[in-house]
Amino acid sequence: MSQNTLFDKVWDLHKVADLPGGSSQVFIGLHLIHEVTSPQAFGALKDKNLKVKFPSRTIATVDHIVPTDNQSRPFKDNLAEQMIEALEKNCKKHKIKFFNIGSGSQGIVHVVAPELGLTQPGMTIACGDSHTSTHGAFGSIAFGIGTSQVRDVLASQTLAMNKLKVRQIWCKNKLSDGVFAKDLVLHIINKLGVKAGVGYAYEFSGPAIHLLSMEERMTICNMSIEGGARCGYINPDKITFNYIKERQFAPKNENWLKAVTWWKSLASEKDAIYDDVVSIDASKVEPTVTWGITPGQSIGVSQKIPKLKELSEDDQFIAGEAYEYMGLNPGQAIKNTPIDVCFIGSCTNGRISDLRVAAKIVQNHKVSPNVKAFVVPGSEKVAKAAIEEGLDKIFKEAGFQWREPGCSMCLAMNPDKLTGNQVSASSSNRNFKGRQGSPSGRTLLMSPAMVAAAAIEGKVSDVREFIKK
Amino acid sequence: MKEEFKPPKGKIIKVCGKCISLVGDDIDTDRIIPARFLKCVDFESLGDAVFEDDRKDLMGKHPFDLKSNRNAVILLVNSNFGCGSSREHAPQALMRWGIKAIIGESFAEIFYSNCIAIGIPCFTLAKKDIKPLQVRADTGNLFFDIDIKNVIAIEGSTKHKLQLKESSKNMFLTGEWDATSTLLSNIKLIESKMDNLPYINLNN
Repeated sequence: MSQNTLFDKVWDLHKVADLPGGSSQVFIGLHLIHEVTSPQAFGALKDKNLKVKFPSRTIATVDHIVPTDNQSRPFKDNLAEQMIEALEKNCKKHKIKFFNIGSGSQGIVHVVAPELGLTQPGMTIACGDSHTSTHGAFGSIAFGIGTSQVRDVLASQTLAMNKLKVRQIWCKNKLSDGVFAKDLVLHIINKLGVKAGVGYAYEFSGPAIHLLSMEERMTICNMSIEGGARCGYINPDKITFNYIKERQFAPKNENWLKAVTWWKSLASEKDAIYDDVVSIDASKVEPTVTWGITPGQSIGVSQKIPKLKELSEDDQFIAGEAYEYMGLNPGQAIKNTPIDVCFIGSCTNGRISDLRVAAKIVQNHKVSPNVKAFVVPGSEKVAKAAIEEGLDKIFKEAGFQWREPGCSMCLAMNPDKLTGNQVSASSSNRNFKGRQGSPSGRTLLMSPAMVAAAAIEGKVSDVREFIKK
Repeated sequence: MKEEFKPPKGKIIKVCGKCISLVGDDIDTDRIIPARFLKCVDFESLGDAVFEDDRKDLMGKHPFDLKSNRNAVILLVNSNFGCGSSREHAPQALMRWGIKAIIGESFAEIFYSNCIAIGIPCFTLAKKDIKPLQVRADTGNLFFDIDIKNVIAIEGSTKHKLQLKESSKNMFLTGEWDATSTLLSNIKLIESKMDNLPYINLNN
């Protein structure tokens, strides 16, 4: 059993009680809610005649269902309008702070909370969304929950849970030029598998991780869940503290120094004991692209789609399903695969640094005539910063559509969807069958820089050659 | 359509009925309930939409469309079932279709905890033992009486040993799976925890 890791320290600090059944009751320091997974939870509170215990510990925004072309109210989609109205009503009734459209702080919940300084080291953070693992980038213990658990957090600020084991993923050396956090995390998921993380928290550490910016770290932790780990985290360091400093909800004045002292004490000790340790050589990672229907089915851009016999017995069934669904052949190169739609955005890669990298690639180029390309900033703050830097102009001049913030085509709950069996190059996190809104739509996951390159070439391209041009 | 849906309540000590097999690894919650069905403020209508896209694709041949499976309550699945999105709509849709227990090689973590929270026990069984049961569920009628306390599926005179986490088992046997009241019984401890967390004061 793990000892002296950040996970152990934060878990112990938040444990309220041992429950009779054998699980633990854990306090949730920050609860984030959005329109999709909260209405039934508020409904259950009403049915049980319960109140929100600590309304100040819950923060709301709206992201999944918002249209990205025209956000004027009421939304054209009546169901979407009903959902935002339910959230507005519930927040008002229970006195929950809500960052609505037009507030200047609305956006994808996992982009919004860090940029407001709400996400801090040492917290437990829960949200009815699997990508809550994103917040682990700050050295918090953050994980997705379902709606019944949202109800429990609203009612009691606690959850019944079993302690996770801890696997350290040591990333040695550093990423090469043209290779990004997204490539590293796709590579890790490919090496360990999509279910290896079940029962574990992932601690990402080593030199390759601590060289990354906070936004890159968020990309890594965001995709922990795609490797099966409900929770992934990175020990906080100077880069973490500098990011948080002076943000709206960051500790201020004398509390800042106290907070930093406390945050420093949270990192895993040198003599920490892990349940498992694996090592990844970051210098060996190429720009990485998925070819299948799980985020683990990826290869370097110069590689060929694996043949059945090259895969482990366990991976063969889903690989067979993937060849058929994707219309790609084993042994075929992934490079030059034609692309119909390019999507830059999502809680994985919709932050300002992602847009900067992509804009640098597209500057002075044109989107291929066969491609529909669009950029969806992760939040109103990201959009504002991008416009101030002129990134929106660069994208628009190249032929990208520039949209309003939201989750958009990552999961296609709004009008942004693939049609028929279109192939998308997407900076999002899931390539599941039908994920991007068409039951036969196909998704290739990659970094925003690789999506930008694919948009220009109209096919999967190696962004490293692009940087040389 | 089936009889009116009644959510489980209180102690869950057994699940009895017909098994339905769904073959495939890494079946994610987007497949169980596509995102467009998440545009709702309650879970009531989800039962009909379960596996909607997969069912359309198989034009009546999907296990959830076969007449012979109409009254099935125990779902047999393979590895990493329920991976991906945390949407509780997925187990809610299965439950509203009629599923009351799941036996599989392995489950994704959030899906598993959502199932506990709504009263669906998820048992595990080794790949080599699941496969023949799935074949039998597909080709004939397979009925189980699952005894949660002893973690066994009884089929006539045959007993299949299943696996269930001890803490999950206790939650079903005591009714603690419906966690809110148990959690609220420690309200004093919760308040004192809130007062003593370093960051609560630093952020004021």
